Amino acid sequence: MKVRVPRIAPSDITPEEVYFSRRALLAGALATGASAMLRAAEAPPAAGAPLSYTVNAQYSVKETPNKLEEIAGYNNFYEFGTDKESPSRNAHSLRTRPWSVNVYGEAEVRGNFDLEDLLKGQALEERIYRFRCVEAWSLVVPWVGFPLSSLLARFKPTSRAKYVEFTTLYDPRQMPGQRVPVLTWPYVEGLRIDEAMHPLTLMVVGLYGRVLPNQDGAPLRLIVPWKYGFKSIKSIVKIGFTSQQPRTTWAGAASNEYGFYANVNPQVDHPRWSQASERRIGAPFLAARRPTLPFNGYAEQVASLYQGLDLRRNF
Amino acid sequence: MTVAQRYRFIYKPLVFAACLVPLAWLACGAFGWLGATLGVDPVKELEHECGKTALNLLLLTLAVTPVRELSGQPQLLRLRRMLGLFAFFYVVLHFTIYLVLDLELNFATLGADIAKRPYITIGFTGLLLLIPLAVTSTNGMMRRLGRRWQSLHRLVYVIAVLGVWHFYWQVKRDVREPLIYAGILGILLGYRLVRARSRRRDSARSSVRATAAHAAQFTSPSRVGPTLRPSESD
Repeated sequence: MKVRVPRIAPSDITPEEVYFSRRALLAGALATGASAMLRAAEAPPAAGAPLSYTVNAQYSVKETPNKLEEIAGYNNFYEFGTDKESPSRNAHSLRTRPWSVNVYGEAEVRGNFDLEDLLKGQALEERIYRFRCVEAWSLVVPWVGFPLSSLLARFKPTSRAKYVEFTTLYDPRQMPGQRVPVLTWPYVEGLRIDEAMHPLTLMVVGLYGRVLPNQDGAPLRLIVPWKYGFKSIKSIVKIGFTSQQPRTTWAGAASNEYGFYANVNPQVDHPRWSQASERRIGAPFLAARRPTLPFNGYAEQVASLYQGLDLRRNF
Repeated sequence: MTVAQRYRFIYKPLVFAACLVPLAWLACGAFGWLGATLGVDPVKELEHECGKTALNLLLLTLAVTPVRELSGQPQLLRLRRMLGLFAFFYVVLHFTIYLVLDLELNFATLGADIAKRPYITIGFTGLLLLIPLAVTSTNGMMRRLGRRWQSLHRLVYVIAVLGVWHFYWQVKRDVREPLIYAGILGILLGYRLVRARSRRRDSARSSVRATAAHAAQFTSPSRVGPTLRPSESD
């Protein structure tokens, strides 16, 4: 159990407009006109800075989203420690700019890309998705991002690209959890190409309308809402197009417990716990447990991807 | 003040209060007192903290014998029952939180969990095995059971192994903490094994001496004495 850091009273917080106007004043005092504006444009987007986006109601669930402190205070991100509270405590050491992504494999366009260039031209949208952890707890999260398909299309994958492989940053100085071999670092996840191109699959850069907190996978993370949370890899530095099924981290760590597909499925239990129901974080006492839905409630949109596939064997 | 009085009026009340500290701290977290919090998932926090406190107390109970023997404080035995009963108390609390707050009294799921999930099966077995020990912890029961009391209460070794195993199996990947518990339990049980062996050796040695003394009555001591000395390698 932890001791709570004293809360800042809302009245003590400088309103954003005042804060930014003060900054503008300062900037104006320090330098004049163009140079100050240039500096403002170059400044890295800090976690929590507001983003501009549109709301995608069509792809949003009607459930009430969890509070920001729940989504940003209860994380499985072993790169920053294995307790749920470790990432929010330790992720400040992650530097999210400059950030580049290496693209490799079965695609015409490959190489290193600066994150700013990858984000250019991507219209951000907010989607409220269910998030179901393999540990049988769940959240509802208002992510801000863009469809992965619109990013992947820019690399022109060839017909040999059957899978997409993602890799998290490996840097034990920024990610102290990587000094401990609880998993094989770096973290690797993957999708079948049709899963990756599905319109529900999201590249996320924000949360609650603002730049993603580091502990939630800044600056760039995946969200695949019909799969267990560990598939939704965080802090991505590599995207590869492969003809072979990627060797993913959790499946490699315990292949009898974590599969490549990891579709949310109440009928297929984890060998050590049931997946039939889940506890919604933040829900009132004695009203938090709810039945888990096939494909986390997205069966209508994604079940057809798995026609003819034995989901019991390909868990 | 006699030793008995010191235990009764000072040490036992102190240990009693100390055993309630984890519960008090969880209550502070639940009600937001003293800046304590149960975090984002209070149910899991309550469940895990009660489970871990139960394990801590179980290991502490098992530490009483080695500590009293090694420190020459045999009176410490007077604290053991209270530690054991508090371990039982926190195990019951742990199970109640799991059943009421986590499963929300879904008995079908409880049945399925106990039958199908190995870590819950062994945890539940440990809880059931603790019940007879708690029931027979009174002075009256000790008298009534006589020598069988000690045999029955050796079950605590099995229970502690089940408890640590339950913890180990429940953890997803980072097994460092359960392994620390396993290590401590290994030391506590290993101490007993070593002690039992050395006691056997001591009693064997004294019986050999008795035989030697007996034989010496019939033969010349100068011939028998040295040859019957037990070797150190026994």
